[in-house]
Parts: sequence; structure tokens; C-alpha cells
Amino acid sequence: MPTPHNTEAAATMTTAVIDHHDAPEHEEHHSSMPIDNRKLAIWTFIGSECLFFASLISTFLVYRGQSLKGPGPKDIFSVPLVTFGTAVLLFSSFFVVMALNGAQEGNRKKLITWLSLTVLAGCFFIGMQVYEFSHFYHEGMGYTTNLFSASFYTLTGFHGTHVAIGTLWLATVLKDAIKGNVPKEKALNLELAALYWHFVDVVWIIIFPVVYLMSLGS
Amino acid sequence: MATTVLDPTHAHAAKRSAVVEWLTTVDHKKIGILYGASAFIFFLIGGLEALIIRTQLMKPDNTLVSPEMYNQLFTMHGTTMIFLAVMPLSAMFFNFFVPLLIGARDVAFPRLNAMSFWVFLLGGLFLNASFLMGAAPNGGWFGYAPLSSRQFAGGLNMDFWVIGLQILGIASLAAGVNFFTTILNMRAPGMTLMRMPMFVWMTLITQILVLLSFPVITVALIMLMADRTFGSSFFSWAGGGDPMLWQHLFWVFGHPEVYILILPAFGIISEILPVFSRKPLFGYSAMVFSGAFIAFLGFGVWSHHMFSTGMGPLADSFFSLMTMLIAIPTGVKIFNWIGTIWGGSVQLKTPMWFALGFIAMFIIGGLSGVMHSVAPADLQQTDSYFVVAHFHYVLFGGSIFALTAGGYYWWPKMFGRMLDEKLGMTHFWLMLVGFNLTFFPMHFAGLLGMPRRIYTYPAGLGFELYNMMATAGAFLLGISFLVFIVNVIKTWRGPANAPADPWGGATLEWAIPSPPQEFNFPKLITVHEKDALWQMKREAGVSRLPEPDLVSGKGIHMPGPSWWPLVVAFGILIFFIGFMMKDPWAFPFRPVNILGFAITTFGIFKWAYEAPDAHAPQH
Ligand code: HEM
Ligand SMILES: [Cu+2]
Repeated sequence: MPTPHNTEAAATMTTAVIDHHDAPEHEEHHSSMPIDNRKLAIWTFIGSECLFFASLISTFLVYRGQSLKGPGPKDIFSVPLVTFGTAVLLFSSFFVVMALNGAQEGNRKKLITWLSLTVLAGCFFIGMQVYEFSHFYHEGMGYTTNLFSASFYTLTGFHGTHVAIGTLWLATVLKDAIKGNVPKEKALNLELAALYWHFVDVVWIIIFPVVYLMSLGS
Repeated sequence: MATTVLDPTHAHAAKRSAVVEWLTTVDHKKIGILYGASAFIFFLIGGLEALIIRTQLMKPDNTLVSPEMYNQLFTMHGTTMIFLAVMPLSAMFFNFFVPLLIGARDVAFPRLNAMSFWVFLLGGLFLNASFLMGAAPNGGWFGYAPLSSRQFAGGLNMDFWVIGLQILGIASLAAGVNFFTTILNMRAPGMTLMRMPMFVWMTLITQILVLLSFPVITVALIMLMADRTFGSSFFSWAGGGDPMLWQHLFWVFGHPEVYILILPAFGIISEILPVFSRKPLFGYSAMVFSGAFIAFLGFGVWSHHMFSTGMGPLADSFFSLMTMLIAIPTGVKIFNWIGTIWGGSVQLKTPMWFALGFIAMFIIGGLSGVMHSVAPADLQQTDSYFVVAHFHYVLFGGSIFALTAGGYYWWPKMFGRMLDEKLGMTHFWLMLVGFNLTFFPMHFAGLLGMPRRIYTYPAGLGFELYNMMATAGAFLLGISFLVFIVNVIKTWRGPANAPADPWGGATLEWAIPSPPQEFNFPKLITVHEKDALWQMKREAGVSRLPEPDLVSGKGIHMPGPSWWPLVVAFGILIFFIGFMMKDPWAFPFRPVNILGFAITTFGIFKWAYEAPDAHAPQH
């Protein structure tokens, strides 16, 4: 090993920069900002997803009324059903807040109850969409029938996929909770899933009027 | 002083075979090397395609390749250079150096990082596999619909392109989230945003661009994929669709993409110039803000690629003006670089030569870029060789010169070996001469009216001389990279001789041994100023660090290796390959998609429940 030919100051500096005989037994994870890595990552991802949905929604709007043949939205939409699904999804955002609350308090029963409700709400929404899609299909609106159908199925289909992923994610947290694996300190696991869930809800709040209500008005 | 003990994680790793170690590694430095090696090979493939193109265009009425082959060659050349060479070469530097520059142990999500790499590699191999099936993409690197739609591109060619890009996009997005988080959250204590090295700043801005632009191309590709696989008509007139939508979505992504290619280059240059001028970067904060401003404007100018589509005078004027504005922050950068060199004690080592070459070439590319921003002028130049000349001055003269500069600069840190200076200089001069010989004449060929994307041209239009020069230059360029390869082989055979700090560096990576140990920094460093290492040296009154010893990593947790990133990457690949299969596998019964989806989901679950340092040594 080359021997340092340096001044005392340099030796001090080396000690500071390089040398160490014993690393700290448990080095604290250093974080430059008052936010956890995983939470920052989810926020970042959500920011990116906004552009994803913005592009899909723009496409839907650009192609509004451009289909060469029917059926169009007026022929096919059943607004009451979707309104109900929307309401359920909205409530699920409240459910998940309660569940998170339970997790943070270390109240396992509260956590499991509210989280189960959230997962149920997610399943209901997916079920509604499956019903809606198969109904449309039997009415003669396939994916490739016209521009409206293609952009409608793409937009709402991708939203539905997001709901499904969110539901699956929440369900795994629920499974852990039932096994007793979500201690207070791990409430972050749920918090991340909840953030994503809120995002998926908010996107639907934009899709619902833009796709269903506006199409009926015009 | 420190004791030299073999780090236990390494001792443990030695027991596993080297192949397994590389396949399962989550070490950001190894992943960086994997990125670099793969991207360099893709760069050579793209270069080979360019040489075939140039040989075909060497003389009029040449018949070396068929028109169909020619389409495949330039499409794959452009796609390869952008997505498989320049972006992943930048990613090599992000991976290897961002954690070192910010004084961190690792990136925020090491396994996600590994996944990004594998997804990228599989996507790149998939794209190139198209050649084996005789069906390489042939619709140009921007895949204009309806040329890329099913009715005009019936074979598998454009399926490879659409699906390949879709896969590569996933890699970029995952890396974007990862590096954004890493830079914001993992900086050494005391390293405020305005103390970050410029390369880190440019990386951060690049990731923001990736995060905001890749979702848009993802959506465009999804719709094109749906058109091709299921027969919808998003981009086909027959069903009422509008190809202009493709152009808008593509360029909302495509213009920021050119900054994704160039901003890391800016960052590298901003690291090299101060070190070899012995002077801090001139106008640090102006550099930061101009970078951010370029990125911001980059989103407002996409339609300057569409002047010839008849958007109308209002739109043309607006996008014209916005485009010209970009010249201002870019000019700020160039003046700051020159200001950095000015009055410094300049040391002309290989990395510095390449950096200077970058500045000169980039200025030329920038000037012809401003010419395009004038819509009427662009209407004349568009789709001519003038454009080809312009964007190669930016992409090759800019990105590749800078990435090469970075390669020479950081090679000692990565591999513990100094590259040979003489061969480095040979590389530089051959590349500079070859580059200008190739691309400068293309300006004239373009102004004379030679269109791009033609596989041959008749004699007597005045194109001959320029094309002959360009072809000769292209071969010189090829040779210059052979010199680089010789350099690598030669120095590889030699001793591992690189000191920790060969150039008298300003940033933290030079404080630790070359190559660094797995845990990077034995102890986290506290930073008090920008150019942190210079400041420390100044306080200690030395110009070089004493050579640091290898130290034991006892007590330091490093994430353990994992197979799941690789499994997930394979799942994603299989899932997307499913979309190449059309009618016989009608929706919703698509076994290949379902298989891929199942593998991906399975992998993600195993990954999520795997303890991050499951294999870490006991201590
Ligand atoms: C050996 C160096 C290179 C040579 C000789 C070369 C040559 C060419 C030529 C002649 C074309 C025009 C083909 C045509 O329009 O018919 C072309 C297209 C292109 N090149 Fe290069 N090139 C080189 C390196 C690069 C690099 C480093 C990049 C990017 C980083 C790049 C990006 C592109 C792109 C994006 C296109 C447009 C492809 C398309 O029209 O779809 N090239 N190149
Ligand atoms: Cu542009």
C-alpha cells in the first residue's frame, strides 16, 4: 500500500473521508429530505401516471364525435349504474383513510375492518366494469367497432387495470394484517398503497364527467 | 491507518460463480458496467448499419442493398443509436457515478435498478432479433402512422418496433423513478441541491423529462399496437382515425427526448472542464437554471417537427418562436463553459480534448438547429440531408463526443486502469476528422436537394462528391472506435495502475479507491461546499489525496443479490411478445400474454416478500 507522504492536516482529512476502523453498528439510513424513499417514489410515479392518463383522455376527447358509425355514447351508456360505481369508489377512499388510521394507531381490528371494506369496494367497481363491458359487447360494441369504442375501452380499461392492481395491492396488505404482520412501524406499507388508491380514485373523478356526462350532453 | 481486510460480502460472492453474480447483482456499479458494455455493443451494431448505409450511398445508382433493406437499415440505425446506444450509455454514467457523486452507498431501489437494466437488455435484443427473422422495422425511427399501421406495414417489421419501444420505455420509466428518488433523497449530509455536482443536476432534470414524456409515447404505442394487433383504427383514415394525432403524441415525447439525449452530455462536460482547467465551473447557478429552462421549453416546442404538416401560420409562428427561445439557455451554457476554460491552467489530457471537441461540434449543430426553427426555412430543409447533418452534429458531435469524454475521464475509476494517452489522442483526432468529413458535406448535399431516406440517387445532380466524402469519413469514424477498442484491450492486459484521484478531481468519487469497494464510502461524508473534494483538499493543504486503502466493510448493510428482477424482466418480455400474435389467438384467449403476465406478477410478489438483504453476510 502506498504510504501517504502528507502533512498532519491531510492525515486528519483522510481519517474523515476514507479511513474507518469500525463502521457504526447500525448506521441510520440517511435521507436528505423529510420524506421516505418509497413515498417519494410513489409520488414520482403518480406524477408520471398523470401524463399517461392525460394522453388517454386527450385521445378520447380528440375522437369525440369522430366515429364513422354507431353505436355512440348516447346509445349505450347507463349512467345510473356508473354513478353508483363512482360513489362506491369515492367511499373507498374514505375507507382506506380509516384503515390507515387504524394501522397507525396499531389498532389491528380497525385496520382489518376498514381495509376489507376498501378491498370489497375495489372488487365491486371492477365487477361493475366487467358487467358494463360485457353488456356493451353484447349490444354490438366491440373494441374495434368504431373510434368511440376503441378510445373508450382503452381509457376506462386502463383505469380499470389500475383499480385491479390497487385492489390486489391492498389485498396483500390485508393478508399481512390478518396474519398479524402490519405493526405500527409498517403502516407505511399501507400508506403507499393508499396513496396509489387515492390517485386512481381522483383519475376516475375526471374520467366520469368527461366520458359519461359530457358525452351525453352533446 | 486502515487495515486491509477483504470485504466479507466479496468473500461471500466469490463462492458463487461469476455468471450468477452478474445475473443477480444489485450493485449500482456492476449494473453501470452492464449498461455500458451492452450499450457499446449496440452502438457498434448501429455503427455497422450506418457503414452499410454509407457504402450504399457512396456512388450513384448503387445496388449494394435493396430499397426494402435500406428502409430497415436506417430505421434500425436511428432506433438503435437513440434508444440502445446514447440513452443506455448515459444510464451507465447515472448508475455508476450518481451515487458516488452524491456520496451515497447505493441508489434508492437497487433491485428496481437491476430490473431496469434487464428490461432494457431484453428489449434491445428483441429489437435486433428482428434481423434474424428477416423483418427488421422499416418505418423510420418516428414510426409515422399510417406508414407504420397495419395496412401499409403488414409484416412483423413494425411489430418489432412498437413492442420493442414499449419494453424499452418500461426500463426508462423505472430508472426515472429510481434516480429521481435517489438524487433527491440520498445525498450525503450537507449536500444541498445547490451543492450538487453539475452532472447530478443534469441527471435529475433528465429524469424529470423521462417521467413526463415517456408516458405519452407509451400511450401512443399502445394505440398503435392495438391498431396492429386488434385492428382498431386510432391512426387510420379508414376508420376515421387521424395520423396527426400520432405525430402530436410522438413529438410531445420526441422533442424532450432529444434533451434526454443531450442533457447528460452537458453534465459530463461540466464535470470535465473545471477539473482540467483547475477552476470551478463558471456560473454554476446559471448552469442549473438554464438546464431547467431548456427542459421546460422542451415541452413547448414539439410541433416544430411538424411545420410541413400544414398546421397553419399561427401554430407555426408560435412553435417557431418557442424554438428560437431555446437558443438562449443553450447559449448561456456554451458561454459558461468557455468562461470556465478562460484563464484556467488548462491541461490537455484526452478527456479534455474530447470535451473541447464537443463544444466546437455542438456549436455547429446548434446553429443549424436555429436555422430549422424558422418555419419557412425549415420547409425547404425538412427531410433533406441538411437535417441529417444537423441532428448528427447534435447527437454524434454532442452526445457521443461527450459520452466518449466521460468514458476516458471516468475509466480509471470504473476499472482501476488508466487508458493509454497516445491511443486516446489517436482516437480523438481520427474521430474529429472523420466526423466532420462525414457530416459537414451533408449540409451541402441537403441544400442541393438530396432527400433523406432515399436508397440511391442518379448521377449528375451534384451529390456525388459530397457522398463520397461522407462515406470516407464514416469509415474513418469506424476506425477511430477500433482504436478505442485496442486501447481498452491493451490497458486491460497491463497492471491495475490507476490511483484514486488521477486527475486531481473536484468531486467525491475521487476520494475512494479505484475501483470503489462495494459499499462505496466506509463512512458517510459530510459536505460543506460544492466541489466538495477540492474544498477538503484545500483545507488540508494538499493537491492530491493520500492513496486510500481498502478497508473492511464490517457492519455495513448492503442489499443482497436477487433473481427476481431478471424474472420480472423476462415476464414483461413474454407478455409483450404475445401482441405479435394476431388472428389465430383471438382476444381474450391470448396464452402468451397470459403466461407473461403470470410470470411478471409472480416475480413481483416474490420480490416484494424477499428480504432486501436476505443474503447479506452475518456479522
Ligand atoms: C458512424 C456514424 C454515423 C453515420 C455514418 C451515420 C449516418 C447516417 C445516415 C447516412 C443517415 C440517413 C439515412 C437516410 O436518411 O437514408 C442516418 C440517419 C440517422 N442517424 Fe445516423 N449516423 C451515424 C451515427 C449516429 C448516431 C451516433 C446517432 C444518434 C445518437 C444517429 C442517429 C440517427 C438517426 C436518429 C437517424 C434517422 C433515422 C431515420 O430517418 O429514421 N446516427 N445516419
Ligand atoms: Cu424538436
